[in-house]
Amino acid sequence: MTLYLLQRLLYLVPLLLGAVTIVFVLVHMAPGNPVDYIIGESGADKEMIARLTADMGLDRPLYIQLLRYLGQVATGNLGYSFVSNMPVLELILDRLPATLLLMASQLVFSISLGVGLGVLSARRPNSLLDNSITVFSLASFAVPVFWLGQLLILGFGYYLDWLPIQGMVDLRAGYTGFDLVLDVARHMVLPVLTLTLYNLALILRLTRGSMLEVVGQEYVKVARAKGLSENTVMIKHALRNALLPVVTVVGLEFRALIAGAVLTETVFAWPGLGRLTFDAIHARDYPLLMGMFIFISVLVAVGNLVTDLLYALLDPRIRYR
Amino acid sequence: MRFRRKKTAVFGLAGAAAFVIVALFAPLLAPYGTMDLGTSFQPPGGEHLLGTDSLGSDVLSNMIYGTRTSLIVGLCAVVTSNIIGLTIGSLAGYFGGRTDNVLMRITEMFQILPQFFLAIIVVALFGSSIWNIVFVIGILTWPVTARLLRAEFLSLRKREFVDAARALGMSDFDLIVREILPNALPPIIVNASLQISGAILLEASLSFLGLGDPDAMSWGVMLHNAQEYFNRAWWMAAFPGMALFVTTLALNLTGDGLNDALNPRLRT
Repeated sequence: MTLYLLQRLLYLVPLLLGAVTIVFVLVHMAPGNPVDYIIGESGADKEMIARLTADMGLDRPLYIQLLRYLGQVATGNLGYSFVSNMPVLELILDRLPATLLLMASQLVFSISLGVGLGVLSARRPNSLLDNSITVFSLASFAVPVFWLGQLLILGFGYYLDWLPIQGMVDLRAGYTGFDLVLDVARHMVLPVLTLTLYNLALILRLTRGSMLEVVGQEYVKVARAKGLSENTVMIKHALRNALLPVVTVVGLEFRALIAGAVLTETVFAWPGLGRLTFDAIHARDYPLLMGMFIFISVLVAVGNLVTDLLYALLDPRIRYR
Repeated sequence: MRFRRKKTAVFGLAGAAAFVIVALFAPLLAPYGTMDLGTSFQPPGGEHLLGTDSLGSDVLSNMIYGTRTSLIVGLCAVVTSNIIGLTIGSLAGYFGGRTDNVLMRITEMFQILPQFFLAIIVVALFGSSIWNIVFVIGILTWPVTARLLRAEFLSLRKREFVDAARALGMSDFDLIVREILPNALPPIIVNASLQISGAILLEASLSFLGLGDPDAMSWGVMLHNAQEYFNRAWWMAAFPGMALFVTTLALNLTGDGLNDALNPRLRT
């Protein structure tokens, strides 16, 4: 298992090298050069431009610049934001918890609801429940996540006026302790609902499909023949195997989950990575955008790794030496 | 079951056809131009069927012109993506061995890279023109095509008709393009039809974040503008999003229908 883990970790190295190189090449292909981006509209004399160019090593050959950049990234230095002059990594880590909170909550809901409803609809294919679920999934695969968020804001925020629609806390109320927790929870309802509705269908369809496949297999028939109750057969025998493809696909879709979270955060002004991206786009804060891409690449790679390990834990047939 | 699936496919095809027709004849169908500015925030009804936006331009007309952006981006991005995917997939599948190994490692890398963020960076660096958006979507979405085609090639290249053609002295290029590729196309066509809706959604997402082409009206841009005015103009968000939703749904159903028609494994 340790060896397998090491192997998988090594596999990440070329991936991340690739990600960093791509960003580097893109920035060098883009019109203008980094010095222009830093000086911006303010203008500067020739001397200052020359000094900045030398400072940033831009007068060296390209491959030296790339190696320098790789070295920087490897030590966790993702550069400095044009706008706030803060280290990019610090800005990202500052916003990360808010995003993780949203993503973890929506995963809990979409996985539990998706697996539950998937099992139910697989039990009686073509029933009313099963058909409603099919219609729901078709809609869910086609809906733009940010528009779904906007609709929920219009409905629950403005029309019904039940829930807060912006941000993570009510700054004016100045809550502390348990009240603060409650306030954050209230602010979370709509963004989490948006993401859950958006991601639920995928998990539901997968669970349904793989349950239907598994239920026809011999070992499930054997379990039934032993006289086990239907619930034991379904949950202990069928579901465990049916979950394998679900785990794989959720892992593969990890980058899409993050993209969805970014868009949803933008709609709800949630102070996470999505909001940071949005602000960076508007300020044309290139170091921040590049750092974000590299950071998300790492996050996705780690997400894939975790999926692989989960798979190994779940599947009784797979044992890595 | 088959009949119901056919009905949804017909609905999808009708929706997709309507989308193309609206895009082609936009100037004839739109009641106003995108630059005809009147009173801001007029609610739906009366002279402006779906209301006016913050600048006073007609929401319905903007939506009608927006179909053009979506159609152009959807088609051109998928063509770009498939040119790359078909080239890489057929080379990897036909030659196998080292070629296959190298090409597939590159493909895998592109499949893991967070494409949405890469798209953001490219459009932010190179400018928000429609063509940059088309290009970036094309560059980022080819891996599925490449992998599908590679799999088809691997199973087709050992068949007798290929051996026969080779024995007749056909070159590798002719074998790939004239013998194997036509037989490998059905799953590629199904995938391409689903890719169109993916490309349209990706363009809308980028535009929603403020990276849309400032010179082209698009549904994503409309939703971006709506974001500031929820409290006074719900119609600015509701209708363009609905257009996006219905179009994507129609295209997805068309793709599913094509899959039923073209995939021999599903035939009963």
